[in-house]
Amino acid sequence: MPTTYFARRRRWRLWKELPKVKLQRKNRLRALSLGAVAVSGALALTACGSDDTSSGSGGASASASSSSSIKCDGAKGQLLSDGSSAQKNAVDAWVKNFSQACGVQINYKAGGSGAGVTAFTQGQIPWAGSDSALKPEEVTASKKVCSGGQGIDLPMVGGPIAVGYNLSGVDNLVLNASTLAKIFNSKIAYWDDAAIKKLNPSAKLPHLKIQAFHRSDDSGTTDNLTKYLIAAAKSDWPYSGGKTWQAKGGQSAAQSSGVAQQVKQTNGSIGYFELSYVGDGVTPVSIDTGASAPVAPSTDSATKAIAAAKVVGTGSDLSLSLDYATKAEGAYPITLVTYEIVCDKGNKADTLPTVKAFLNYMASEDGQGMLADLKYAPMPDEIIAKVRTTINGLS
Amino acid sequence: MDITTKNTEDAPLPPPRPTVAEQKRNARGATRPGDRVFLGLSRGSGILLLVIMAAIAVFLAYRASLAISKDHGNFFTTFEWNTNLVPPVFGIAVLVYGTIVSSVIAMGLAVPVAVAIALFITHYAPRRLGGAISYVIDLLAAVPSIVYGLWGALILVPHMNGLFGWLNDYLGWTGLFSWDEGAPRSMLTVGILLAIMILPIITNVSREVFRQVPQMHEEAALALGATRWEVVRMAVLPFGRSGVISASMLGLGRALGETMAVATVLSPDFDIHLSLLNPGGGTFAQNIASKFGEATQDGRDALIASGLVLFVITLLVNGAARMIIARRKEYSGANA
Repeated sequence: MPTTYFARRRRWRLWKELPKVKLQRKNRLRALSLGAVAVSGALALTACGSDDTSSGSGGASASASSSSSIKCDGAKGQLLSDGSSAQKNAVDAWVKNFSQACGVQINYKAGGSGAGVTAFTQGQIPWAGSDSALKPEEVTASKKVCSGGQGIDLPMVGGPIAVGYNLSGVDNLVLNASTLAKIFNSKIAYWDDAAIKKLNPSAKLPHLKIQAFHRSDDSGTTDNLTKYLIAAAKSDWPYSGGKTWQAKGGQSAAQSSGVAQQVKQTNGSIGYFELSYVGDGVTPVSIDTGASAPVAPSTDSATKAIAAAKVVGTGSDLSLSLDYATKAEGAYPITLVTYEIVCDKGNKADTLPTVKAFLNYMASEDGQGMLADLKYAPMPDEIIAKVRTTINGLS
Repeated sequence: MDITTKNTEDAPLPPPRPTVAEQKRNARGATRPGDRVFLGLSRGSGILLLVIMAAIAVFLAYRASLAISKDHGNFFTTFEWNTNLVPPVFGIAVLVYGTIVSSVIAMGLAVPVAVAIALFITHYAPRRLGGAISYVIDLLAAVPSIVYGLWGALILVPHMNGLFGWLNDYLGWTGLFSWDEGAPRSMLTVGILLAIMILPIITNVSREVFRQVPQMHEEAALALGATRWEVVRMAVLPFGRSGVISASMLGLGRALGETMAVATVLSPDFDIHLSLLNPGGGTFAQNIASKFGEATQDGRDALIASGLVLFVITLLVNGAARMIIARRKEYSGANA
């Protein structure tokens, strides 16, 4: 190809300009400053994004006004804690009211139940939150920290785990444990499967692939859902359960917010998360437990299910054994209970009054009364009465 | 060169410059405090770097060995990651596959585009346009990876359906591009996102390398009647090759270690899928990010063991890149 006159001229100009690299520096500076603007903009964006997850916290500020009845009882100084992120919104709301009333600084990190229990058994924090009761070896480990006593579990916050779906044209889906297990284990692939039709005779179910979403990270939410599936549909859920998702197939996303986001933007999808993520295109599934009517997840129906639980902890330990296969009227079986973990005896003298006062506030009528607004389930009366007695006996 | 000839004619000879060996000898016996301070500082920094690297390696190896000795599955072949079981079961096969596949896709997409952009900026574009493009590319590099992740999850993923359908229709028979119409949160999407993320670093380095091409080489090629493309092919690309390889390795390093963007976009599971379009798979960094929050002591050790493997893979890749660059140096013209 012969070069044209113009091409040659342009090339000549290019060469002439080659040594003038100095201009470049100015450009880079400008790029940096604009980059900084982009970054700060992006940060603002992410901050907005995370608002979603704590959509319940609006209720917290509303109930802050009624916090006059908090008993401080010598609470002072600072309190550090770590643990379950499932109860974070509830604890944050409590902390807000309590620290306003008593001038105490409380920092709940919500770094995960595992992290919380580890920090507690290593003596770094006087109180931890966890979505499962202490294991025997963790109790043994806690004896080193609690001189003369051991770590105990106090059930404080309940939460229904909603199975939410997004299927246009279907408003009120009913499923039972067996169909749920088959859906999440990829045994039921289409929405118009006979098993789903049977439970929803009046719904117009499309021939659409079911996209089942589960958690990609380890989670107490997964643990409780699979406990329910094992208890109520053992033959359809051939896995051992636990915080790690074991079934094959389906898709996954990080955190409840991630799963909810995926369900929201995918027609024909189903997933599980805390009740606060329901709404905005995500509809909760009602569970056919064998009771006379299917039960929808709500704070009331979760409290009813917790009322059917047995206290299995010994001594002052109040760990619960939930009856996941409950057929009680209006009891929603897929429910999570988070515990506050403290020493029954041998708490450190400098933090004991503060921990006691704060736990008392959590368990008080005010404290439990705030939970429903935050889409958590308060503990049933019988259990919370035991919790209060135990807290007063802490030493 | 002609300065020295002048010197020999009409000025007295300057004292001979000390040779390198002499300078070294002088350095050892240096008496000025500045010399000694600088020597200490630079030597200290060098030693500190080595100590830090060794400490990281020892820490990783120790914790990893704890985890691997407890592993009830095979660390290299198990397709599962469940550290909550007693005893724990975990294996890295899926992570190795996922990390390499996503990075290879990213490199395959990003390197040609980056080199083309760099060539356009340095050899084709009018000056102003080139400047504007460099500037936009610099901006891409300034975006933090979580923002790429959010963008990928909220915008890129929903818009991939068309491409995936097309790939499935025409290339589905290969198996690599078959698609079951799940949400497109797959290795290919991750690869595309990673490609965008590593584009700026490869482009910037390549651009600087292409700017360094000796003018005489290009002029010589032109004098021989080469067209612009021939100049690029014969003078620019051979000169820039080792630079482009280093640039690609920098990009690959970022792709291998990218965490948040992958964790946000991918739908991870512990299986190796032949199809690049179906959701599933996982990478080392993504797995560590997703599992760390709720990990118990064993779980953390297992994640650290996987981190060690990523460390080794990165080391191997960098070593390979250095070897390639060293081998090409002689005839690349980089020493011209």
